[in-house]
Amino acid sequence: MSVELPIYFDYAATTPVDERVAKKMCNCLTREGIYGNPGSHTHRFGWWAAELVDKARKQVAELINAEPKEIIFTSGATEANNLAIKGVALKYKNKGRHIITSKVEHKAVIEPCKYLQEQGFDVTFLDPEPDGTIALDKLEAAIRDDTILISLMHVNNELGSINDIAAFGKLAHECKIIFHVDAAQSAGKLPIDVRALHVDLMSFSGHKVYGPKGIGALFINKDSKLNLVPQMHGGRQERGFRSGTMATHQIVGMGEAFAIAKEELAKESARLAELRRSFWDKIKDIDAIKLNGSLEHGAPHILNVSFGFIEGESIIMALKDIAVSTGSACSSDTLELSYVLTAIGAQNEMAHGSIRFSFGRYTTVEEIDYAAKLIREKVAQLRSLSPLWDMYKQGVDLETISWKGDH
Amino acid sequence: MQYSEKVIEHFENPKNIGELDENDPRVGTGMIGSPACGDVMKLQIQVEDGIIVDVKFKTYGCGSAIASSSYATELIKGKAIEEALKVSNKDIAEELDLPPIKLHCSVLAGQAIAAAVQNYKEKNNITA
Ligand SMILES: Cc1ncc(COP(=O)(O)O)c(C=O)c1O
Repeated sequence: MSVELPIYFDYAATTPVDERVAKKMCNCLTREGIYGNPGSHTHRFGWWAAELVDKARKQVAELINAEPKEIIFTSGATEANNLAIKGVALKYKNKGRHIITSKVEHKAVIEPCKYLQEQGFDVTFLDPEPDGTIALDKLEAAIRDDTILISLMHVNNELGSINDIAAFGKLAHECKIIFHVDAAQSAGKLPIDVRALHVDLMSFSGHKVYGPKGIGALFINKDSKLNLVPQMHGGRQERGFRSGTMATHQIVGMGEAFAIAKEELAKESARLAELRRSFWDKIKDIDAIKLNGSLEHGAPHILNVSFGFIEGESIIMALKDIAVSTGSACSSDTLELSYVLTAIGAQNEMAHGSIRFSFGRYTTVEEIDYAAKLIREKVAQLRSLSPLWDMYKQGVDLETISWKGDH
Repeated sequence: MQYSEKVIEHFENPKNIGELDENDPRVGTGMIGSPACGDVMKLQIQVEDGIIVDVKFKTYGCGSAIASSSYATELIKGKAIEEALKVSNKDIAEELDLPPIKLHCSVLAGQAIAAAVQNYKEKNNITA
């Protein structure tokens, strides 16, 4: 079988909408379809649309063992995170003003936390372990009498590292602290049972699971009896938690995507884990290569690798037929190295050469083989251009050199 | 990053890659940048009768850093050392049509030329 180029290995950034999903979505747009406002209670057009929204809510709930009424649709995981974090902080600020999160969260958690810092909240950003996970004892040590919220991610989007959410949940529960989890990267990849995990709030995104962009959901545990200050005020849709006309086609798309994810999860995750392992097996003997995160305990779809002594953006340019992302400074708008790699203590000459490969539903064995071969070739080529590589080969310790022209 | 075709051409077919003998008195070596910043350029010139007869480079860095150093070597080969010093980062940036955020790559290439010339002069006790 031949390989179609370019190859998409950036499924952690976003996924294509599954055709089965797109079909259902299209049915909610035009005059022939269900275009009514789900909030219109006075006529059939509204009722039909509401029925579809109800079904989608059930589909999302079923993937995570929740009840439909515990699901609030938002515009994405970013909004769900904002609603959870700011909504809790503003509601419970009289109980305490301390929040715990980590240095490796997605910006959609870090930035709301920083905003709350400006508003007078005290935020602890926990340091990760070298594999990108958060240690339970460090979390426990950070808890104070005035801690009102813990927000930690399930699967890290850069490294694929998996946190022990059940253990964190149990601890938070015992300490009566509200526990929020960003599960944008784990939904559809790892089994999620919100009851077993003791989470109060959990965020999801449609477009990471072969649904459309611009839709997400927040799970609000009914047993936690939480109140959140809404971040969007208006017509009081979604039980007042999130105003705005429900986007029927987006919601239907997310529902269908989550239903398919549930159907295929066990088989697909095993397949991805196998592809990931076989990809790593084909490149791991490259000199000065490092897997960031964990091979054994990582998410099945993400493999973050550092190629020492060559720079990430140049690797991406050399691999022009393979779509991947990098934590290298040169490819970011701010010329800053990925804060996730910095937080796990990656050395400069390794961190700058980091590439995130992420696989998904349409990734094939042939693509893996093709990419591995190309990578071996291009890494060797770039190293033949690299003065650092020569120094490494000559046994020079880069730390001992006084570098000129820092900028 | 969306680069100009010239950057891509230099990146894919870099000119004058390699090394010259550092201990040869005719050779000047300049190394600029740091691993922390993600760019290190090593540029070497071989000078005979004040003329740069050979140039080699190796660069650790992004696509535009590699392209900038490749183009810099082309620019100075065959030039008198004083002429080579006149090559400005602007010449490099304009030729390669570097995006604004990548201008520092051309600055680095200019510094690497200057450092190589200075090293040559120091080795040969040339003042001024
Ligand atoms: C861990 C994590 N959280 C949040 C988001 C943001 O999700 P959305 O694009 O749905 O706002 C992403 C994806 O970019 C993510 O990977």
